[in-house]
Amino acid sequence: MMTTLQTKVIEERSEEGKPILETQSLTRRFGTLVAADNFSIQISPGEVFGLVGPNGAGKTTVIKMLTTLLAPTSGNAWVAGYDIVKHAAYVRRVIGYVPQLLSADGSLTGYENLLIFSKLYHIPRQERNTRIREGLAVMGLSDVANKMVHDYSGGMIRKLEIAESMLHRPKVLFLDEPTVGLDPIARNAVWDHVRKLREEYGTTILLTTHYMEEADTLCDRVAIMHLGKLAVVGSPTELKASVGPDATLDDVFVHYSGYEVDAVGNWREVSRTRRTARRLA
Amino acid sequence: MLKPNIGVIGRLGSVIFGFTVDTLAVAELEARKLQHDPTEVLTRAVQPALWLLIFGEVLAQIRAIPTGKIPYIDFMTPGILAQSVLFISIFYGIAVIWERDLGILHKMLASPAPRTALVLGKALSASERGLSQALIIYILAVLIGVHVDWNPISVLGVLIVVILGSALFSTFSLIIACIVRTRERFLGIGQLLTMPLFFASNAIYPISIMPHWLQAVSNVNPLTYQTDALRALMITGGASTFGIVADITALLGGIVALVAIAAKLYPRVV
Repeated sequence: MMTTLQTKVIEERSEEGKPILETQSLTRRFGTLVAADNFSIQISPGEVFGLVGPNGAGKTTVIKMLTTLLAPTSGNAWVAGYDIVKHAAYVRRVIGYVPQLLSADGSLTGYENLLIFSKLYHIPRQERNTRIREGLAVMGLSDVANKMVHDYSGGMIRKLEIAESMLHRPKVLFLDEPTVGLDPIARNAVWDHVRKLREEYGTTILLTTHYMEEADTLCDRVAIMHLGKLAVVGSPTELKASVGPDATLDDVFVHYSGYEVDAVGNWREVSRTRRTARRLA
Repeated sequence: MLKPNIGVIGRLGSVIFGFTVDTLAVAELEARKLQHDPTEVLTRAVQPALWLLIFGEVLAQIRAIPTGKIPYIDFMTPGILAQSVLFISIFYGIAVIWERDLGILHKMLASPAPRTALVLGKALSASERGLSQALIIYILAVLIGVHVDWNPISVLGVLIVVILGSALFSTFSLIIACIVRTRERFLGIGQLLTMPLFFASNAIYPISIMPHWLQAVSNVNPLTYQTDALRALMITGGASTFGIVADITALLGGIVALVAIAAKLYPRVV
């Protein structure tokens, strides 16, 4: 049990003007593979921050460390002032997380999915129903609340998962590849809803994507990752200007990452992405 | 995040309350799934029916197994209940591998719920399936004329032992799932374990007729204690070898140890 005094001390890191999320030389090795290599970023409260890179760039590894699912090999990180290793239990209370993989339970209704998580997040009984209804309404799912999730479309499932991750009003929301496997219309709908979240709740959002278009339209700033390293960080406009006139974010990406087709990704990554895509389709 | 000073007892109380809420939320998820789709529970009725109606009836004819004053089919029925609970629980870990292959497990582990509560919630989820087996076996028992002890305390006792047995074997299964991490390997190991656990127990014959080495194995097999308690509680004239208190203590001890191990290993499955 942490004492009240300690709580005060660690809260101080998240005061006004300080980043809500900060990593310092965050590193994770798997055997000889360095999945995240001296990764350092700072994110301000209310930002929508994109982590961009091809499959295998280390985006998911970074997200797993920040959501306390994976311990860093070295380096530090703080989320809302809490150390991700020393105060992991506190970090879990202030974050929302939508994994890349499908995480809604198909054999329950949308409402039931939210109900179980509202209990796991200890939302007071008298507030549960209001929060769940509000979450469903914000995501445009009120009409299908009592339908089984295995009858939802891919876009609806993603929106349900986002509603679920927002039930406890997290300070930081992690979206890992939120639109992978979605058709363009569903993708646009998810984008609209992510923007809406920021407007309504001021949530700081860290999302990963390998779609440049997504980073360009949604994010205030993007960090381009390649082979575990941070290649460059800046606003989409800045980054495009730095490469040259008329540059697209794709050009920026190629410029900073030295990306070569066939150099990245592996069987496991590919099979995972395809599986997710198939389930969401 | 600042909380008023509520004292040690108050804080302990709120921790226990929170832990219970988390555990029950995980168990509720399973209950709701079963409610939406009870098919599996029904198909699970086939195997115990075969054991009781064919194996049981045939063995009862030849009177080869010494079962004291009670008929063989009465002796065997609690054993088949224990077996059904074992079979349904020992493969429960595969559900966790499945949830890992989806992202449900990641989301659970990134929530503030303590790992121990997540594991215990899974154990109780398996118990819900175990209880469905108890219902099925009671019905079968009535159909084939087993002398069932309908004393409400005895029935309640049976249900409690079934809950404990399912929790124990499902947590064991969860530990295996955390270690092997893939469905294929898990299925192999599950198959490898079920029959030895079943045969090295008192489920369908008394320990006294086993060779010595098998008796030794049987005495450390949790299924033996589960069957022993069920036999004393479920049928009229049924007797316990070790005593019901000893049986339940053994099961509870096993659950505590296994849940502690599983909670440590659980994050590894991600």
